[in-house]
This record gives sequence, C-alpha cells and structure tokens, in this order.
Amino acid sequence: MSVQFEPVIVGFLCNWCSYRAADLAGTARIKYAPNLRPIRVMCSGRVDPQFVLKALLNGADGVLIAGCHPGECHYVNGNIKALRRFLLLKKTLAQWGIEEERVQLLWASASEGIYLAEKVNTMTEELRALGPLRWHDKVLGGNGAQPIPVKEV
Amino acid sequence: MGAKEKPKLAMYWASACGGCEISVLNIHENILTVDEVFDIVFFPCIADFKVKDLESYPDGYIDVCLFNGAIRNSENEEMANLLRKKSKILVAYGSCAYEGCIPALSNLTTKDATFDKVYLNNPSIDNPDGIIPQVVTKVAEGELTLPVFYNTVKSLDQAVDVDYYLPGCPPEPHQIWAVLQVVVGALLEGNPLPPAGAILGAGTKSVCEECEREKQEKCIDRFYRPYQLDPDPDQCLLEQGIICMGIATRSGCGALCPTVGMGCRGCYGPPDGVIDQGAKMLSAIASVINAGDETMEDDELEHVIQEVIDTIPDPAGTFYRFSMAHSILRRVKNGKGDS
Repeated sequence: MSVQFEPVIVGFLCNWCSYRAADLAGTARIKYAPNLRPIRVMCSGRVDPQFVLKALLNGADGVLIAGCHPGECHYVNGNIKALRRFLLLKKTLAQWGIEEERVQLLWASASEGIYLAEKVNTMTEELRALGPLRWHDKVLGGNGAQPIPVKEV
Repeated sequence: MGAKEKPKLAMYWASACGGCEISVLNIHENILTVDEVFDIVFFPCIADFKVKDLESYPDGYIDVCLFNGAIRNSENEEMANLLRKKSKILVAYGSCAYEGCIPALSNLTTKDATFDKVYLNNPSIDNPDGIIPQVVTKVAEGELTLPVFYNTVKSLDQAVDVDYYLPGCPPEPHQIWAVLQVVVGALLEGNPLPPAGAILGAGTKSVCEECEREKQEKCIDRFYRPYQLDPDPDQCLLEQGIICMGIATRSGCGALCPTVGMGCRGCYGPPDGVIDQGAKMLSAIASVINAGDETMEDDELEHVIQEVIDTIPDPAGTFYRFSMAHSILRRVKNGKGDS
C-alpha cells in the first residue's frame, strides 16, 4: 500500500477576514483537508516575501496568503499592497522554477468559511499532484555541499 | 618595529574577476604602508607564489587573509580550506566571497545549461566534436584531472568559517584602508578586534542615507531601464522609475552610482537586520507601485498592477544581482534533483 503524499501548506491568514473565515469553517464543522498550517497575521499586507521564501526553504510544499476582498481591508489598502507584492513575487518565483500553484493568494471574507475550505481542498490536490518540494534535500542537497577534505600538509 | 616580526598578509582569488585585487592596489600611496607594515606571503595576482609555498607554512602562520571570489568549483573550495587552516583571520573580501555576487547569478540556471552555453551552443564557439571539460581524462601519459564544477555557487562562509566580511564590488578604497588600519592596530598595538562575523568597512543603514538626491513620496507608474530615460539630476532615481537598489542596500560606498545617475545595483549587500536583500527589495518596490485601488473589480485590479510589473523584465536577476548565494533559497529549483 502506498502512502498518499500529504502536502504541507503554510497559510498566512489576515486577522480580520480570512482567519475568521477559517474560524467559521471550524465552528460550522466543515470538513476540509487538514494540510493547512494557519498563521494569523494582522493584514495580508504584513506578509513579507521573506516569510514565503523561508516557509518554502524549511519544508512547506506550498504557501497560501489570504486576506480581505479589495475594498474591505481593515487598513483600507493593505490587501492591495499584498496583491502588488504577490504579483511581483509570482514573477520572481517563476524564474526560480517554483510552480505557480505552490504560492497562492486568495480573498476570503469572514463569512466565507465554505469558500476558504474549498480553496484549501483544491490547493491540497494541486500540490499533491506536483509532489513534495523538499528544498533542502532535493534542491540544495548535493549541490557541491559535500565537504572537501582538508589536505594534510 | 625593531626585531618584532611583521604580520603576514595573504590575498587569494577564487571565482572572481580580479577587480578586488585591483581595489587593494587602488588605495593609492597607502599601498606603500601596507608593504611596510605587512609581510606579503601569498598573493598570486601581484607576486609569484605557489600553492606549495602556502602548504609549507605552519597552521595559523598568516595573520590576515583577504579572500575574494565565490566558491564555484572544488579547487576554490580546497583553497578556501587550505587558507582557513593557514590563517588567523580570514576575511571574505568583496561581494563574491561575501554573498556570491555575479558568479552566483548562475544559480539561476544549472551547471548543464552553463556548459551548454559556454562550450556548445554559442555563436562564437567552434566545437564540432562537442568537447566539454571532464573531471578525469585518460591519456596515454596517464590521468589528467580538472576541478569539479559545482551546480551551485557558494559564498565563502558556505564553505569555511569566516571571521569578517568586507562588502562591495569592489570595496571602496577608503573602506579598505580603514579595515586594514583596524587590523594593524590590533596586531601591532593590541587594540581589540571587532566581534567575529562583523561586517567591516561599511555602514549599517541604507544607501539612501548617503544619497544626496531629493526624496519625496514614492509612487511609481512604470519602471524604466537605465537606457530608456535621461534622469533628472536632483530627484530620487526610484521616484523617476529607475530601479535603484539603494533602499535595500547597505551604506558605505558614499552612494557613488546614484550620484552619477545610475541606480544603485546593490553590491554592498543587505543592511543590518535583513536576511534576503532581493525579497526586501521586491517587497519595497511592489508597495510603491502606483496602480490599482480598492474601487476596482478583481480582474481589472490585477491587470493594471501586472502591467506595471511587466516593465521589470528580470526581477530575480535585478534584485538578487549580488546576493544570490546568500538569498534564502540560494538557487533555483530545476526539478531534476540536481547534483
């Protein structure tokens, strides 16, 4: 029996909408993929691209950034900043050879628990199809990382 | 000095262009003082030293070794190990040794693609037999070997322990001289050395701090490549749409490039507290894009922002021009489980 690959998705969910959507999915007992590891941030505009890269380096197979719909940001336009960053990051990650499905941005309001759950399900399936990222072993491993013995002289 | 022995100085190049060596010679008349104060014991660029000379020294014989160049192949790494063993203080000198610099841009591709471009498919190459360098070649006289060419370029500290870093491509003469004075003061007069791992010969803030250009609020409608625009001589270059890495780059150079109308390229690396210079630059530049607002429909919003982003043709190569080896992900994924 082969064991199904369970991708790890690090989720950065905004405090005002998307984290509440996840809360709602919980209280409404919606069943969805347990692959999301949610991290609450005050705003999707708080998500530094370094967070995304660090997550990918340290074992995440994908990163989900979720915020309020445009026009509904608690801080007026934090989510627009997040979108600008995300689009530029997406272009950069493509140069990195990282598949588009691995880093996603979505808008989910506090009432969209079902929508968020569906999106997590879809993303989990997409990542399952892509397979594990495992940056440390698969990309960095063996890349001239083998130690060269110090010559005894 | 009297009977006291002079401290020993070494300088070595790994994967580098040679500009760092020139930068040392570029400290003007102070180079005579360097010669007066130090005994130069290994410096292949300016004097005839062999590896066997270096091997013959006892461990820790060299007081200061300025190591420039990235670690591109096994020979670079072997020399880094040897110099580490022979040196009391090992300085990662210049951007290549510090964070990969231009050689590490090849971390955006693979060894195979690099070989293909350099030895096979290149208009200026005539190589009908498709010969590429081999690590081991058997000939009638015996076995010939070449260093192993790595898939990933490393910075010096990814190969051996490094005591200090001196950023810059190349480091500025007044900064080099300041660092040498600190070292000389420590070796000859017993002054305390800076803490291990310190970045010497540079500031802690960003290049903007030293840049004289007038800065207002940054709102960018589109980006220009340097040849597309004749920049205003007084206004901040970034505000004019020229990508200037100054906001995400350590000060210390005196903002030389922006002063003459060329956007900072980022050679001094990230300022204090930043891990990934490229990601920080990306973050900053994206948030000053003046496109899209909360009244737009989702599709339109994405479209107008994307149009501005499309005016940056090569974000990875621009934002990580000098810091690829030190970036968080270090190299691109090529899906083949490289080795």
